[in-house]
Amino acid sequence: MIATTAEKKQGRLRAALDHASGDKRFKILEAHMKKFQYRQDALIEILHKAQELFGFLEDDLLLFVSYKLKLPPSRVYGVATFYHFFSLKPQGQHTCVVCLGTACYVKGADKILAAIEGHSKIKPGETTPDNRVSLLTARCIGACGIAPAVVYDGAVTPRQTATAAVGQIQKWEAA
Amino acid sequence: MILNDLIEIKNAELAGRKKITLRCCMAAGCLSCGAKGVKQQLDKAVADAGLQDQVEVRGVGCMKLCCEGPLVQADPQNSLYIKVTPENAPSIVAAIQGGQTSVAQTDPDAAFFKRQLFIVLANSGVVDPERIESYIAADGYQALHEVLNEMAPKNVVESMVQSGLRGRGGAGFPTGLKWGTVAKSPGAKKYVICNADEGDPGAFMDRSVLESDPHSVLEGMAIAAYAVGADQGFIYVRAEYPLAISRLQLAIKQAKQMGLLGAGIFESPFSFNVDLRIGAGAFVCGEETALMASVEGKRGTPRPRPPFPAESGLWGSPTLINNVETFANVPPIMRRGPEWFAGIGTEKSKGTKVFALAGKIKNTGLIEVPMGTPLSVIVQDMGGGAPDGGQIKAVQTGGPSGGCIPAEHLDTPVDYESLGKLGSIMGSGGMIVMDDQTNMVEIARFFMEFCMDESCGKCIPCRTGTVQMHHLLDKIIQRQATPADMARLEELCDMVKSTSLCGLGQTAPNPTLSTLRFFRHEYEQLLRPDLSGPPPNGASETRSASAAS
Repeated sequence: MIATTAEKKQGRLRAALDHASGDKRFKILEAHMKKFQYRQDALIEILHKAQELFGFLEDDLLLFVSYKLKLPPSRVYGVATFYHFFSLKPQGQHTCVVCLGTACYVKGADKILAAIEGHSKIKPGETTPDNRVSLLTARCIGACGIAPAVVYDGAVTPRQTATAAVGQIQKWEAA
Repeated sequence: MILNDLIEIKNAELAGRKKITLRCCMAAGCLSCGAKGVKQQLDKAVADAGLQDQVEVRGVGCMKLCCEGPLVQADPQNSLYIKVTPENAPSIVAAIQGGQTSVAQTDPDAAFFKRQLFIVLANSGVVDPERIESYIAADGYQALHEVLNEMAPKNVVESMVQSGLRGRGGAGFPTGLKWGTVAKSPGAKKYVICNADEGDPGAFMDRSVLESDPHSVLEGMAIAAYAVGADQGFIYVRAEYPLAISRLQLAIKQAKQMGLLGAGIFESPFSFNVDLRIGAGAFVCGEETALMASVEGKRGTPRPRPPFPAESGLWGSPTLINNVETFANVPPIMRRGPEWFAGIGTEKSKGTKVFALAGKIKNTGLIEVPMGTPLSVIVQDMGGGAPDGGQIKAVQTGGPSGGCIPAEHLDTPVDYESLGKLGSIMGSGGMIVMDDQTNMVEIARFFMEFCMDESCGKCIPCRTGTVQMHHLLDKIIQRQATPADMARLEELCDMVKSTSLCGLGQTAPNPTLSTLRFFRHEYEQLLRPDLSGPPPNGASETRSASAAS
């Protein structure tokens, strides 16, 4: 993490740009910045695109964005850490997002979450040691009519139970 | 594009209509239950039966009864099929030809539908949200044409004042007054922002409106921009709503192609562009000053008001911020006149309100009722009461900023003032029903945990107060608290409420205060003067560890 680097590393930015020059995804990202005319107020849009391309926001990526948009790294890092949607850690192969909105909560989402936690031995925001499953929570995905809902790899699944959720995770583990 | 072009598109669309329509709900709720496969199979079944000339299979927006999805409605037969699977498709196609079907149906004239009055949701479940022609056929963009050609901006503001529309984001500020302030503010550049950052857990009205009828929001924004003198608009929408985002992008593109957005709309000097801004998961960004900071690409932290956005908003320019539902109300008001709108609802709350009905209730889904409808009608008649013979204990409105209304107050009419008197708020429209299985202290802790997580950290009362209140609620649930802790909790609620910078902190204590007011005995039961005893069964373990993530 940039902010936790205690001592100043010489040539950090150069290393990041070297890294960027060898990776096609950075080119796609830069084309996206160009679309926004490198406007600084498009920072959140650009971080969305960066996360879409890379899966998470690594240090070099944030430095690259800050250099291209002419923003201080602190500002980019500050925005990336402020919003829940951005992840600075890599995600596992599969993601399981348990909705903890009010409707899901009163219908037992907390029990689903507890069952997954118990089965996979991870807490929300963590990934299993074999890098297979990441467990996340959401504050409401707006699927309250079909609560409790769980999102498996981007697919919203209605009316879940603890057994069904653990079953899905076991399926991933077996694959 | 002139009026004749618009009417031509409408007539062509209406002339192209077939004898029978099968409307398939393609909103997020039904899609996640497999509505896409249903539509594909219906298309195929219609083709197999050789009925392409007679039957239209139309993907539409939310058909309201989300708990029974995927939904398919056949017109003019007026049959509403529920929980449809792709395998049911041939049977439904047989039924519309007069045959028999075993596919489950529900009564489209049941109280759930009959008690509703559609203004905002009039097109939802009827028009195809992915085709602008479908919206134009439902008289879309006619209001914009009339406003641009026949009304001066100040008359538009005047009409909004007359209509009595109040902000649907929750606070209920008179919309006409807000428009008037922005219109009067000096400045060459002005902005219109649509707040679609529906962060309240348990609310999905804005998502449904954007997914089902995106053009009505665009039209409402364009009318607002004309009235206040803006030429640029932003829609700030949550990243959690991917379908709403893609439909909005499509709608903006179509409107631009038709010349209904962009430069010289309807061959008038008026220009208006709309850009999307995608949120990134911060509840506080629903607060208007935090939202503007986020649109500017910064951390979403609020700032003190005044100056209000109407005077100094986005990049220091006068800015109009309204909620999705508020904008969606504008085209019908302009089309049918402010007097018509003012005739609906109560003395101080005009029009209708859309609610997302969810929780421990039989019929969950989207409802739109006139203001002043008693809660009991919504919960008992329309919602069908608690499922599995449970007893309704409370209704929660307003999300983490609102309160819990106990069952004995269910005769309360739904309007801004009546809900406020009970310590709750109208809020954006989430309505969560709780039954006798629900522990109210845990609900209070749930909301406090939410506010604690979502506090942006700028002002101290909210940042530290929510942590302390959460700690005290946790202590109560673990039966470790004394009466002194209860007193401290109440004191803290009062302090955070009166000293926080923005709405998040000012309303964070509301769920706790309202449960303390109506369910105090549940708190008192959990108090233990002797602190040595182990926590007994029934109290769930602490979840603060997961909250920290």
